[in-house]
Amino acid sequence: MKIHEFQAKSILARFGVRIPRGEVATTPAEARAIAEKIGSRVVVKAQIHAGGRGKGGGVKLAANPAEAEKLAKAMLGMTLVTHQTGPEGKVVKRVLIEEALDIARELYLGIVIDRAREAAVIMASTEGGVEIEKVAAETPDLIFKEYVDPGTGFAAFQARRLAFKLGLSGETFKQAVKFLAALYKAFEATDASLAEINPLLITRGGDVLALDAKMNFDDNALARHPDILAMRDLGEESPLEVEASKFNLNYIKLDGNVGCMVNGAGLAMATMDIIKYAGGMPANFLDVGGGVTEEAVTNAFKILVADKDVKGALINIFGGIVRCDMIASGVIKAARELGTKIPVVIRLEGTNVELGKKLLAESGLDFHSADGMRDAAEKIVMLVNR
Amino acid sequence: MSILADENTRVVVLGITGGEGTFHATRMLEYGTKVVAGMTPGKGGQKHLGVPVFNTVADAVKETGADAAAIFVPPFAAADAIMEAAEAGVGLVVCITEGIPTFDMIKVKTFLHGKPVSLIGPNTPGIISPGKCKIGIMPGPIHKAGTIGIISRSGTLTYEAVQQTSKQGYGQSTAVGIGGDPIVGLKYIELLKLFKNDKDTEAVILIGEIGGTAEDEAAAYIKKEFPKPVVGFIAGQTAPPGRRMGHAGAIIAGGKGTAQEKMDALRAGGVHVAVSPADIGATLKAALKSVTVT
Repeated sequence: MKIHEFQAKSILARFGVRIPRGEVATTPAEARAIAEKIGSRVVVKAQIHAGGRGKGGGVKLAANPAEAEKLAKAMLGMTLVTHQTGPEGKVVKRVLIEEALDIARELYLGIVIDRAREAAVIMASTEGGVEIEKVAAETPDLIFKEYVDPGTGFAAFQARRLAFKLGLSGETFKQAVKFLAALYKAFEATDASLAEINPLLITRGGDVLALDAKMNFDDNALARHPDILAMRDLGEESPLEVEASKFNLNYIKLDGNVGCMVNGAGLAMATMDIIKYAGGMPANFLDVGGGVTEEAVTNAFKILVADKDVKGALINIFGGIVRCDMIASGVIKAARELGTKIPVVIRLEGTNVELGKKLLAESGLDFHSADGMRDAAEKIVMLVNR
Repeated sequence: MSILADENTRVVVLGITGGEGTFHATRMLEYGTKVVAGMTPGKGGQKHLGVPVFNTVADAVKETGADAAAIFVPPFAAADAIMEAAEAGVGLVVCITEGIPTFDMIKVKTFLHGKPVSLIGPNTPGIISPGKCKIGIMPGPIHKAGTIGIISRSGTLTYEAVQQTSKQGYGQSTAVGIGGDPIVGLKYIELLKLFKNDKDTEAVILIGEIGGTAEDEAAAYIKKEFPKPVVGFIAGQTAPPGRRMGHAGAIIAGGKGTAQEKMDALRAGGVHVAVSPADIGATLKAALKSVTVT
């Protein structure tokens, strides 16, 4: 799960990570009030779940409260397009008003799970303020890494080693070591999957602060962090994906026009792939999972066809625990309720396949049955392009 | 022959009295798996599905000689269950549970380090040596005893590969789901080593997906040390970056872990890559033919 910058900063502050003074505003008047309280130049930052906000016009400096109000007015409600939002962009509903700080250096800190090493890795770089993927590709020598021993945790000497490699000394060095320890503590305690401070700011006075902050969380652990789960912003997610999550369906909207519904994540991805080989483009990823009910199948089908780009649907089920007859009944029910006009190709295999096929044949609905994945993909692409 | 599980494997099912545990332990018994014990804390002394239930895995091992554990407990209890089973001395732990937090698994892997135990999963359909032993949730009847080893990160896509090999006239020696999570037990290389030493495994099908670098590491190992033909398929060729595709482990992050990258690595390792998922069986047939000819 993703959260906003202001939310990430509030979590980090709880663990002792130093952040600039600031508050979030939803109206221009609030923005002005916050700027007055801060009492110095402020930065107005659009809060959306995407990076690259500065280049898109979502981060601006205000010399006084009146200007902060004006900038907030322009930013709130605007559609911000960055390299991470896609061409449709995202509507700005909140702005973060923060004290503007002078900048001596911009560094980078990030924590992720290294799958191959099966440990958290803390990455630091002198190249802050730019995309770390770019640094990794062009100058990998400038990224320093420390792996965390799961038994003992992030050791103080590791934090010192990173701070030295960043070229810090004196009071700034001490602050950075403390900052690193606090950041890791926040990462582990919240079951985060990513914590990124880019840039990590060194002020001219030598202070160390998180100028920006990004945190993502392990979806599997959210149930034990109700405070973080409460930060989920449904407005940042696609409405169909939100609807699907209510029924425990894994749905992701994509760009094509062939809707697909599959059991199992791997088979769902493979189904998307084979649609492309047949000359079509998948409209979505949809895994109904192993413990799916007839009701969830009905809802899955409704979500699938609610996507206006969908011109045809491919249902690919390899029944193991999932019974084909149950899938068939769920789809029949949804198709009847909706009076679906788009072509539907169904490929059933595995548990109770004969019964499932019989139900489909007797339904009187215009379903096309397919023999194998390739046949299914070719049929739906032909029907969609007809 | 087969790897890890065979007709002599004796299984204790953790969470046997729960809904999932009951359902799948029943299917395993029907398949002929020697399910010799169940474990649910507080229900020791009862019988369930005709099998004695114990309070601890250690008791089950002591009383029944169980040497493998199947785990069907809820996600937040699963890490503990894996550690208890490992501590009790079973040689094989198969964790079916989906949704275990990543940090829990990091701790489990540290705990398992140096212990004589093989962990399969979590978030796996399990392991099956057709006709001998099924520890997991896969549909038994689609499998057929034979000479092809299968290693996969996915569930239903494995069934697809199983069915395609069966249709081409081959059966499976052992099919293993390594699990769809970022941190899992045995990965491709450990399993390839076992298949390398299994005389009855003639070739291996390796099914991967986007995310991580496990397939790339496997490709390097295959190139160096694996003499048998390998067929590979990678799911997620059309997946967008930055989105988790169902499995917690299936995500293209920071431009790394794309299907194209993995397919290239496999090819460089000498693997016969099936580009379309419909061609896994046919690619296997071609790979085995080319071996016979040369």
